[in-house]
Amino acid sequence: MTRARLEQTFARLAEARRAALVAFLTTGDPSVAESADAARALLRGGVDILELGVPFSDPTADGPTIAEASARAIQRGGSLRATLGVAQALRAEFEAPIVLFTYYNPILAFGEQAFVEAAAAAGVDAVLIVDLPPEEGAGLRAALAQAELCVVPLLTPVSDSARECAALQGARGFVYYVSVTGVTGSAAQAPGAEHESSDMLSHHAAAGRAARALAERSGLPVVVGFGIDSVAKARAVVEAGASGVVVGSQLVRLIAEEPHAAAREAKLSAWARELRAVLSYPD
Amino acid sequence: MGESASEPNVSEANESTGRVDSTNDEATSADPRPGYFGAFGGRFVAETLVPALEELTRATHDLVSSSDFQAELSALLRDYVGRPTPLSPARRLARVIDPRGCHLSELWLKREDLCHTGAHKINNALGQVLLAKKLGKQRVIAETGAGQHGVATATACAALGLPCEVFMGALDVERQAPNVLRMQLLGATVTPVESGSRTLKDAMNEALRRWVTHVRTTHYCVGSAAGPHPYPSLVAELQRVIGDEARAALMERGAPPDAVVACIGGGSNAIGVFRAFLDDAEVALYGVEAAGEGLTARHAATLTLGQVGVLHGARSKVLMDADGQILEAHSISAGLDYPGVGPEHAALQASGRATYLAATDAEALAAALEVARSEGIIIALETAHAFAKLREIAAREAARRGRPVSLLVCVSGRGDKDLVTYQAAGLGAPPREDPVRSAVDQEAP
Repeated sequence: MTRARLEQTFARLAEARRAALVAFLTTGDPSVAESADAARALLRGGVDILELGVPFSDPTADGPTIAEASARAIQRGGSLRATLGVAQALRAEFEAPIVLFTYYNPILAFGEQAFVEAAAAAGVDAVLIVDLPPEEGAGLRAALAQAELCVVPLLTPVSDSARECAALQGARGFVYYVSVTGVTGSAAQAPGAEHESSDMLSHHAAAGRAARALAERSGLPVVVGFGIDSVAKARAVVEAGASGVVVGSQLVRLIAEEPHAAAREAKLSAWARELRAVLSYPD
Repeated sequence: MGESASEPNVSEANESTGRVDSTNDEATSADPRPGYFGAFGGRFVAETLVPALEELTRATHDLVSSSDFQAELSALLRDYVGRPTPLSPARRLARVIDPRGCHLSELWLKREDLCHTGAHKINNALGQVLLAKKLGKQRVIAETGAGQHGVATATACAALGLPCEVFMGALDVERQAPNVLRMQLLGATVTPVESGSRTLKDAMNEALRRWVTHVRTTHYCVGSAAGPHPYPSLVAELQRVIGDEARAALMERGAPPDAVVACIGGGSNAIGVFRAFLDDAEVALYGVEAAGEGLTARHAATLTLGQVGVLHGARSKVLMDADGQILEAHSISAGLDYPGVGPEHAALQASGRATYLAATDAEALAAALEVARSEGIIIALETAHAFAKLREIAAREAARRGRPVSLLVCVSGRGDKDLVTYQAAGLGAPPREDPVRSAVDQEAP
C-alpha cells in the first residue's frame, strides 16, 4: 500500500509534466494540534508529499531555524509518538504520501519493531533517518522493507559512486538529494543570500542537474532539498530536471512568525498554491 | 581500526580472575563491523560527513601507524609536551586513604597534569592537528567543555600553524573564563554556543554543524574517545601513550598494578590508560563517572544509569528520556558534564572487563583537598572523581585478592582552572593538622 502511494504520486506527476512539491514542518511547533492543522493547510493548498519532522533534542543536521523549532516542539509535547498520531489523523483525511523525517535515537528509544508497526498502522509511507547512513541499522531497514515502508536515501554533492551504490541498495520510493554541504536552511543564511545572486540560482540549477542524472542512474525519482526558500530557486531546480523540491526551513519560519492559526493556515495554503503552479517542466 | 574491546585470552582471564566474561557476545570480537566495539560504536552521521570520516579512517590506518608519523609525533610529545610524564609514588596519600596499609600497598600517580597546557588533552590534539596538516586541511575546529581540549587544540594549531575555531557552550564560557582567554591568546576563535543546555553537548552539536558546512577543507578535532568512527579509535590510540608509559615504568619496577583508575567524562584519559592494560587480564580497570548531586538527583553517570542510545554519531550509553530526547547532565566539573560516553567504555562495561563507579560533587571536592594537602598536587576537578573512589577500589580489590593491592591512578589534569570552584567550596580554609598524621591517629587503636 505505502510504497504504491509514493509510486502512484510520482507516476501521476510525470504524466502531468510537473515536479513534486514536498513540504516539511516540525511536528509540535507551535503545538502538536496546530502543526497538524498547518499540515492540513499545506495539503489543501496542493502539496504533493508531506514530510513530518520528528523533534529531537540534538538535531546536528539542522540549521538554527529547524533546530529552534525542534526545541520548542519538545517543550510543547512533540515526540515521535505524537508525530505518529498526527500522521494517523492526516491519513484519515488525505491521500498524499507522508514521510517521517527523523533522527535515529527517537526510533531506538521507541523500539525498532514497535516503531515499524506503529508507522505502518498510522499510514506513513516512508521514513527518512537523517543520521542513519546505509551501513547502519540493517535490522530496522529489513523490518521497514517487510512492512512495505520506504527508506529514503540521502545523497549529497560529496557522495562518490561508492556512496551512491551503498545508498541506493534496496532503495524504494524516491531519493533525497541534499543541494549543499551544510545543514538544513543553509543557503538561506549564505552571505548575500537576501538577494538571489545568479551564483545562487546556478548553484540550484547544478543541484537540479545532479538530481536528474541520479534519477537516470537509479531509476527512482530524485527530489532536491536544503536551502530552497524561494520560487526562483525552486524553479531553477525543477527546470534543470529534478523530480521535486523540498521546502523546509522557509515553512518552519513562516509557521513560527505567524501567531494566529487562521492567518497561518491561509498563508500556508496560499504558499503551496503559488509554488505548485510554477513547478511544471518546460516543454 | 575497529578493534574489539576484549581480545582473546579470555578463557585464561576467567580462570585467573573471573573478571573477563567471554560468554557475553555484546563486547567480544564476535562483531566484525568496522568501528564497532561489541554492540557499541558505529557511525551515525549525516551522509555529507561520511566521505570525510572515511578519509579520516584511512588516514588513521595508514598515517598514524606509519613510522614517519610516529617519529614526528614522538618528537613533539618529547620536546614540546614534556613526555614521558613522571610516575609519582603517592606514599602520604596512600596512608591517608588506608592508614594501616591493610588494603593499599602502593599508590602510583601518572602525571598528565605535568603535560604542557596542564592535561592529557594535548596528546590527542597534537596528533590530530598533525594529521590534519598531512591531509592538507586548511583549518581545525573543536568543541570544548571545561576548555582543556579547546586550549590543547588552540595550542597545537598555534605550534603547527593552522587556524583554529573552538565551539564552547555559553555557560562554560562564563564558568571557565581563564581558558577562554588562553585560547584567544593562542590565536583561536572562541564561538559561544547558545543552544540547548549551553554546555559541552551543545558545543559538539555546533561543531558538527560547522563541519558539515566546510567538510572538504576542515578537520574536526574531537576531544574525547567519543563520536563517530574512527574518532573513538583514533583518540584512544593517540592517548594510549599514557598507559604505555605507565606500564613500562611499572614493569621496570617489577610488576603491573593490581588496578588502574581514571575519571570518565567522554572517557579519553581512561581509555588511554586502559588500552595498555587490556591484555593484562589480572589488572582490574576502574572508571569513575560524575554522580553530580547524587544518583537520584542531577548527575552525569552515563554508564551507571544510562540506556543504549545514539548521540553524536555513536551507539553507546546515554542519558535520555522515554522519547529518546537527550537529557542534560550535571557535574560540578565541566569536563565530565556530558550525557554520553565513548563506545569502547560501554563495551568494556558490558563485557565486565572494566568496572565503572560514580563519585558525587562533594566526594570529588573532598578528594581534591586530600590530594593537595597530602601530596602537594592541585588536581583538576575531573581527576578528583577518580581519587574519590580509591578507598572503595582498594578495599574491593584487597578483599578479592586477599592482600593489600597496588593502584595506578591517572592524574588527567591540574586544577589551576578550578581554583575559583575550590575557593567557593571552602577548600582554601587552613588545615587543622597534618592530614597523614591525623588519618593515622584516627585509625590507631
